[in-house]
Amino acid sequence: MSTTEAPAPAPAQKPERDERVGDHARLAAVLLRPEVGALAAAIVIFCYFAFTTTAFALPQGASTWIFYSSSFAIMAVVVAMLMIGGEFDLSAGAMVGTTGLITGIMMSHWHVNVWVSVLTSLVVALAIGFVNGVLVMKTGLPSFIVTLGTFFVLRGLNLAVVKRIIDQVSVVDFASAKGYAAGNKLFGGYIEVHLGWLPWVHVASTGVMRIYAATWWALAVMILATWILQRTRAGNWIFAVGGAQTSARQVGVPVFRTKVGLFMTTAFGSWLVGMLTLFKTTTAQSTTGVGQEFFYIICAVVGGCLLTGGYGSAIGAALGALIYGMVYQGIVYHNWDSDWQYTFLGVMLLGAVLVNNWVKARAEQVR
Amino acid sequence: MKIRRLLTAGVAAGLLVLTGCGASNSSAPKADSNSTGTTSASSGFRIDVITHGAPGDSFWDVVKAGAVQAGKDEGLDLHYQSDPDVGKQATLIDNAVAAGTDGLVVSMANPDGLKSSIQAAVAAGIPVVTINSGIDQWKQYGAITHVGQSETLAGEAAGQRLSDDGLKNVLCVIQEAGNVGLEQRCAGAKSKFSGTMTNLQVDNTDLAGSEATIESKLQADPSIDGILSLGGDMSGQAVKAVAATGANVTVGTFDVNADVVQNVIDGKIEFAIDQQPYAQGYMGVTAVYLKNLDGLDIGGGQPVYTGPAFITKDNASAVLKFAQAGTR
Repeated sequence: MSTTEAPAPAPAQKPERDERVGDHARLAAVLLRPEVGALAAAIVIFCYFAFTTTAFALPQGASTWIFYSSSFAIMAVVVAMLMIGGEFDLSAGAMVGTTGLITGIMMSHWHVNVWVSVLTSLVVALAIGFVNGVLVMKTGLPSFIVTLGTFFVLRGLNLAVVKRIIDQVSVVDFASAKGYAAGNKLFGGYIEVHLGWLPWVHVASTGVMRIYAATWWALAVMILATWILQRTRAGNWIFAVGGAQTSARQVGVPVFRTKVGLFMTTAFGSWLVGMLTLFKTTTAQSTTGVGQEFFYIICAVVGGCLLTGGYGSAIGAALGALIYGMVYQGIVYHNWDSDWQYTFLGVMLLGAVLVNNWVKARAEQVR
Repeated sequence: MKIRRLLTAGVAAGLLVLTGCGASNSSAPKADSNSTGTTSASSGFRIDVITHGAPGDSFWDVVKAGAVQAGKDEGLDLHYQSDPDVGKQATLIDNAVAAGTDGLVVSMANPDGLKSSIQAAVAAGIPVVTINSGIDQWKQYGAITHVGQSETLAGEAAGQRLSDDGLKNVLCVIQEAGNVGLEQRCAGAKSKFSGTMTNLQVDNTDLAGSEATIESKLQADPSIDGILSLGGDMSGQAVKAVAATGANVTVGTFDVNADVVQNVIDGKIEFAIDQQPYAQGYMGVTAVYLKNLDGLDIGGGQPVYTGPAFITKDNASAVLKFAQAGTR
């Protein structure tokens, strides 16, 4: 799987350098960012599918893989923040289902106001994240174990409680619930961008690109997360608790608060994706999201996050999700036999990580 | 460096194992078998229904509802249990025999795994009826009859229907990798379809993503003029994908829920093939009951088909209220 290497420490020997050394250092600083490798891999993959398939790079084609990547990007970014902070959340996927089911049942079964329903599931998600964080910090157990426990608890609840309440395992007829239209504007809608004036689009039949709400949310989450990680004190704390927790505590970083906050951030992401999925698909099942947590972690790792914590970036994680989305949909555009889909996916993801690492290694040589 | 790399690899492997547990060993919580309380027993017969349905599968909820209703109507001491793990299902059968059941109703998703348990029950003089899956093995194992739909026959009916609609290039959307029944449906449809049929693998735990995948496929191949979906929830996503591309594509589906019926009424889905799971539960129990009561052999040595029943615009509104009540 993710054979992400630790960033090799800068070569110890200092080569002879003249006064231009300062420029090189600045260039190296840019190239050494965790997302550079992912960006290179994303460009390679985009070009590959753009040139080998007909619809991939056209506006209508791009609509699907941009949408597909978007919800993964949201989760990859929040999961990456948590991973930088040195923890994992295996309950993130199941939580997407939980929030969708809560809102879905409240609206379609109990006819509760849309915003009350949406906020209730947010409160529940944040509470689960809080419990995850407190359990990890108080028990000292690895977050693997704690959140694996939460995962199973949620899975069971998603099934048992939902069945008890609505006597079925999926929320249906959700689109006709009162207030659906309002919620749909925020979470399920899309805008159409006309790109028919572009020369290569002009020859194709359609130039309309749909940008779904999920994409705006993903961009917002990515920008906010980047700002927090790069520009705020909380960002420093996150890198510190993931890199060296004991030292961080000794220099006065509020470790407990930071980690609990990170788990709550992940829960927030799950809630957001839960809402985006619910309003877009107009249904939520007991199985929604189960197993998806694995892909969030893959996206973060492809985007340059270290499994050991302390290193990574939000933009990198979002690019990881973009790579995943492009590969997945590219396989479909390529008309490859869908029985082999996961095999292709695995090979291309490994390839992406290798390109990523190679670029990073080259960048380090520049320094 | 080396140690750190080893550590990373170790963590990665651990992650793989753990999430692997989460994803593939998803049968863990399913292992709790799904049992109902007993109904009042006035006829004095105890009948055990043991299926391979996972808890939370809406399809099996309908089967169970049918079985429970038959138990009530016939005054049986009815026990319903299910486990998707074939080994555990076999144990449930052995338990029922040991508990002195008067009749067994069993679904055989994996006939080989149940063979010895069912044959032991038959040898002990307990009447057995298979339902849903197992149409090729019931006779050989000594069951009275089989109540269900042949997935192949149902697939063939769908393929015939798609041909009759004049379609040329149809997508068969499989929402669960490795499910034998789903593959049989596509294969059956392909065998009777006059045009080209391609399978498309999607993932029913990620409905929004599946919709995007179907949409991609429609764009990649504009000559696609039909989609055959194999599950109720996925057919809704197929309808959305068709709407998003604005293509002129006919959608047909297997299995029914209230949304599917509504889509049929609205003309967004051309037909839904219903194997009437409620009838499978009800008839299975009834067949065993009649054997106990009067030694009757329902089916007369042949399987009893519950499908494929077509739901189209003509009969959809009549079906809607049953679908909403969870019996269709």
